[in-house]
Amino acid sequence: MMPVQTRNATAQANRRRYEELRSIGQGATFDALPAATQRGSAAIAAASLIEEEEVPGGWYTTMRLRRSEVLRLVDLTGNATPALIAWRDGDPAERMNLADTVKVQWSAALQRGRIVLSDMGRVMFSIVEDTCGAHDALVGGSVCASGGGAGHRNTRANFVAAAGKLGLDRRDIPAALSLFSPVSVGPDDGAFAWRQERKASGDFIDLRAEMDALVAISNCPHPFQAIGLEASRSILVLRHQGLTYGVSDPCNNVGAEVVRAFARTKRLCK
Amino acid sequence: MSARDPASAILDLVIPPEQPWSAVVKRGQVLRIVDSEGQQAVDALFYRADDLAERYSAQDTLREQRNAYIGIGTQLISSEGRPMLTVIADTCGRHDTSAGCCSCESNAVRFGEHTRYLHSCRENFLLELAKHGLGKRDIVANVNFFMNVPIDPSGHFTVVEGISQPGACVDLLAEMDVLCVLSNCPQINNPCNGFNPTPIRVLVWDQRR
Repeated sequence: MMPVQTRNATAQANRRRYEELRSIGQGATFDALPAATQRGSAAIAAASLIEEEEVPGGWYTTMRLRRSEVLRLVDLTGNATPALIAWRDGDPAERMNLADTVKVQWSAALQRGRIVLSDMGRVMFSIVEDTCGAHDALVGGSVCASGGGAGHRNTRANFVAAAGKLGLDRRDIPAALSLFSPVSVGPDDGAFAWRQERKASGDFIDLRAEMDALVAISNCPHPFQAIGLEASRSILVLRHQGLTYGVSDPCNNVGAEVVRAFARTKRLCK
Repeated sequence: MSARDPASAILDLVIPPEQPWSAVVKRGQVLRIVDSEGQQAVDALFYRADDLAERYSAQDTLREQRNAYIGIGTQLISSEGRPMLTVIADTCGRHDTSAGCCSCESNAVRFGEHTRYLHSCRENFLLELAKHGLGKRDIVANVNFFMNVPIDPSGHFTVVEGISQPGACVDLLAEMDVLCVLSNCPQINNPCNGFNPTPIRVLVWDQRR
């Protein structure tokens, strides 16, 4: 048993370290995030495009990404709110973990410069381009009751089907990231609000795979969105070789936590 | 607190600091978790007892109540959209379900590699779930009772000092037969346990009789 004095000293030291990390994480690191991508910029050269698919409202797709390839999702109408889940290709017991993603980065506001973590403390994706900056890491996708009622397609059903096609099942479906889904949290009471004005036609996001990954994307209405499947909500899903950033990489050095996560991820790839 | 008398509980035990626990709570029974000394996070996972692939879903729970925090009246919803348990009493006032459980891996990323080899909730969950034939695939985003994680409108997401006083408790009415898996959180790197993990107490009442 540790003597009480030693235990107290350890607790004080841990508290100090936590407050320092918090101060940096919500101060200097937060301030160092790159600006949002401009709509209409960062065009993909034809030679860099590997595959392209337009997914209609209500439907889903799956994709395999090799490390360093980039998944681009484009909202063609301003209505789309695609939900995404992912696993490590080769060991799908390792999967996207949004709780760790927001906790480690001290923020639920995923945007350009942020990363998406796996449950093993490794980086699955870097958000290297993002015009919208309003994604929902808390509430997730639609279910039968919220997706337009019985008989309509919804994200839960899409993910069960998508997981099945990848040889996985409903035990494997993690919490989902809803893109172009501006959900905000009330300052005191925690009530969620939908901020439609933060999304627009042409919004896109580039997720660079930092490990070989399996991805499932469901293109259904967000449960808090006022418009459902009656509105056109097609998305473009593109896989491309990625842009070259060099030392100005928007994600690799945003905070000590992220640097540690990348270091651990690189060990996986050796 | 409620009229439920510990003397009439069918189960009443202390979970020491840093330890896991699990049991099936039957539909209609009430599970109470007591933060005996205050500021002690309790990580919780729930599975439908007769179909373990149906489990607690944080996102379904938050969507249904359109609110980021768990408190009195919250229905804990399963991955199939069904209520598993309802919070029928709560003297703490706010609980988290967005921050997940601590793990050796996330500790190393958050606090430095030297914190990797510390006990964590995920270690507890893996050991306790193994008793029921479950594994890492089955560890989903959990409830953190007595854990205070405010999310502000800018998205700042922070584990802060707990607001639960010594003896604070939460009562959960089981809406189906539920396998309840708890981890009395060992975390010493953030304020969720006041930097000092302490014991909790668990009671179950059978109201059906």
